[in-house]
Amino acid sequence: MSNNQQMCGGEALVKALERAGVEVMFGLPGGAILPVYDPIIDSSIRHILVRHEQGAGHMAEGYAHATGRPGVVMVTSGPAATNVVTPLCDAFLDSVPMVCITGQVPYAAIGTDAFQECDTTGITMAVTKHNFLVTEAQDIPRTIRAAFHIATTGRPGPVLVDIPKDIVDPVNPRSAMTWYEATDADMDLPGYHPITQGDPELIRAAAEMIRTAQRPVLYVGGGILKSRAAEALLQLAEMVQIPVVTTLMARGAFPDNHELCLGMPGMHGNFTAVTAMQKSDLLVSLGARFDDRVTGRLDGFAPAAKIIHVDIDPAELGKVRRVDIGIQGDCRLVIEDLTAAMREIGGVEAQADRRAWRSTISGWQEKFPLVYEQSEPGERLKPQYVLEELRDNNPADTIVTSGVGQHQMYASQYWKFDHPYTWINSGGLGTMGFSIPAAIGAKVGKPDRRVWAVDGDGCFQMTAQELVTASVEDIPIKVALLNNSYLGMVRQWQEMFYDERFSEVYLSEQTPDYVKWSEAMGCVGIRVESPEEVAPAITKANEINDRPVVVEFRTDPRENVFPMVPAGKSNSELVVDPSQQGLEP
Amino acid sequence: MSNPDRFHTIVTTVENKPGVLARVSGLFARRGFNIESLAVAPTDDERFSRITFTVDVESAPLEQVVKQLNKLINVVEIQELPPEDCVSRELMLVTVAADAHHRRELMGLIDDWRAYVLAENTERIMLSFSARTARLDEFEECLRPFGIVELQRTGRVALPALD
Ligand SMILES: Cc1ncc(C[n+]2csc(CCOP(=O)(O)OP(=O)(O)O)c2C)c(N)n1
Ligand SMILES: [Mg+2]
Repeated sequence: MSNNQQMCGGEALVKALERAGVEVMFGLPGGAILPVYDPIIDSSIRHILVRHEQGAGHMAEGYAHATGRPGVVMVTSGPAATNVVTPLCDAFLDSVPMVCITGQVPYAAIGTDAFQECDTTGITMAVTKHNFLVTEAQDIPRTIRAAFHIATTGRPGPVLVDIPKDIVDPVNPRSAMTWYEATDADMDLPGYHPITQGDPELIRAAAEMIRTAQRPVLYVGGGILKSRAAEALLQLAEMVQIPVVTTLMARGAFPDNHELCLGMPGMHGNFTAVTAMQKSDLLVSLGARFDDRVTGRLDGFAPAAKIIHVDIDPAELGKVRRVDIGIQGDCRLVIEDLTAAMREIGGVEAQADRRAWRSTISGWQEKFPLVYEQSEPGERLKPQYVLEELRDNNPADTIVTSGVGQHQMYASQYWKFDHPYTWINSGGLGTMGFSIPAAIGAKVGKPDRRVWAVDGDGCFQMTAQELVTASVEDIPIKVALLNNSYLGMVRQWQEMFYDERFSEVYLSEQTPDYVKWSEAMGCVGIRVESPEEVAPAITKANEINDRPVVVEFRTDPRENVFPMVPAGKSNSELVVDPSQQGLEP
Repeated sequence: MSNPDRFHTIVTTVENKPGVLARVSGLFARRGFNIESLAVAPTDDERFSRITFTVDVESAPLEQVVKQLNKLINVVEIQELPPEDCVSRELMLVTVAADAHHRRELMGLIDDWRAYVLAENTERIMLSFSARTARLDEFEECLRPFGIVELQRTGRVALPALD
């Protein structure tokens, strides 16, 4: 496309998206965005027509998580824009790169309560990294470039671009523009200069602090994945031989099958991961943010630990926990520099003697593994068993997405994540209904990989309609629906903290019929009720690749997720599985 | 304003675009930062505005306030000015009751404080007074017995002190 060509803003918008490297977008048209949907017909960009705009947002997130490329959403004004608020907020809290284009009423009508007008930039200001209201067609290429730049650099996040109808509508003279290939200079972002390289002096100090630590732990968060630092992390950990915990957002960032991997810390973390952090004398936090679900009651969190905190967002350094050394920078670059600095001061030989620490840790691992009791014949399935079978009957590079609730915790606990970018979930916002659309987005981005959505019955009922999208668009994902007939996680809290007074958590034993519902949506539906049916059903699902499959596992509603740090309690008060209670650590 | 050292001035240079003030004030609201005062005006370069605000460092985590502000894409520069490192001023417009009985006394006070008379009639005098915020507080107290009819303060603005 040559510069100076006359075109309409709508064409320019689609062109600018193509130029940004967009290969797919998720959306649903309507009045205000209509003129942009016409040039989409002739575009190289694949458009996936969703059934609800929330689905489009989570698909874009799943796509971004799986591929590392920004997810793109296009929807109309008003109710469509409000429907994407939840995924925008989800992407904001989990730092997911995403660009969302919303239609808007014509510029002159803004502020008049026009049909399907809403203050989209006002509403989304608090849930986006940044947003734009474009007022002139001529600004479209530079704004799109800026949007992708902001979404994908620094701490990634969602950026929304609101486009009034008149500047994209060919019948309106305000849509006339002269095409130009926008450059960085056109973006005009005088206040945006993310810093990626860590301060060498701080990195040297950190290396020295690590060298002498007796009980260090690498506390690894989603930033490792965002900065593509898994390989660098592996090198660092192996060089200094320090155990690693991977937060809910970082499962797979360090392989679960590695001897240094302690697994997930936090509210439903395993005993060893939680306790190792709790007793450590140095936490090296890499791309993590001391979320309350990880720290438990803050004043009781890792009381003896010094803190080295590496994050690309300086506002995270010291936000929650005072740091001893705070390093602003891209995790990958800082880890590489840190590894070099460690090598300079003597590498593995120079490290403090940590044999006692390692043997304490393996003692915990032996004494407090994740456990559950297998169901008696005739009883409903144990969800943990379903997850173990899923894990054992799928290749290690399978992508697993999840909803929010007990099933999410079981998935994170019982799956073994040996590769980065194989685990996709909603950590910060905890959005029920995330798994199915996220799985669709992941499958679109990684069509050759198997994608399983682990879902709850509550979650399924929030976004199941996107299985219609998956069927019609030929996106053969698989859903493991853990149907316990309850809003299980809430039920667990009511059982443990509200004297078993169950309030509004029972869904239904019989309704809906998930098999029929799945079939109606163009999927294969399979119901599984007994342990011996589990593996064959998974195998059968894995053999079907011409349409989505939903396997409904009828699971035990009485089952609770352990270990658990009760809300408001310190991590030292972790409640282990009933069968392990009373054991001395 | 008991301990004046509690109040730090933050001077932000922002892009002069629609909605930027909403981004800044929205940030304060959702992060739970209380601001004491706020003043906004374009700078000598029309592409930028300056937002000057005062925060109570005993109630707001100053470092977080600054870092979170910095994350706003439209915020170009932030200067944090502790009281000892800046020159700050605030402007007050005030209409005071001034009947024949008290007029002489009030005029004396106005002279002493070097306030300006902007307008007057037989019952009232409108004044302007500009000084450090604490001086405005004191002046306000002196005026109170006469009867303050209306009062408007601007919030403080500040520049770094000269060496
Ligand atoms: C949109 C939304 N609404 C409410 C909640 C609160 N919540 C957290 S987990 C949960 C229960 C989820 O039920 P289900 O999907 O059946 O999963 P289970 O816990 O039973 O595995 C609820 C209601 C939430 N996280 N998200
Ligand atoms: Mg459930």
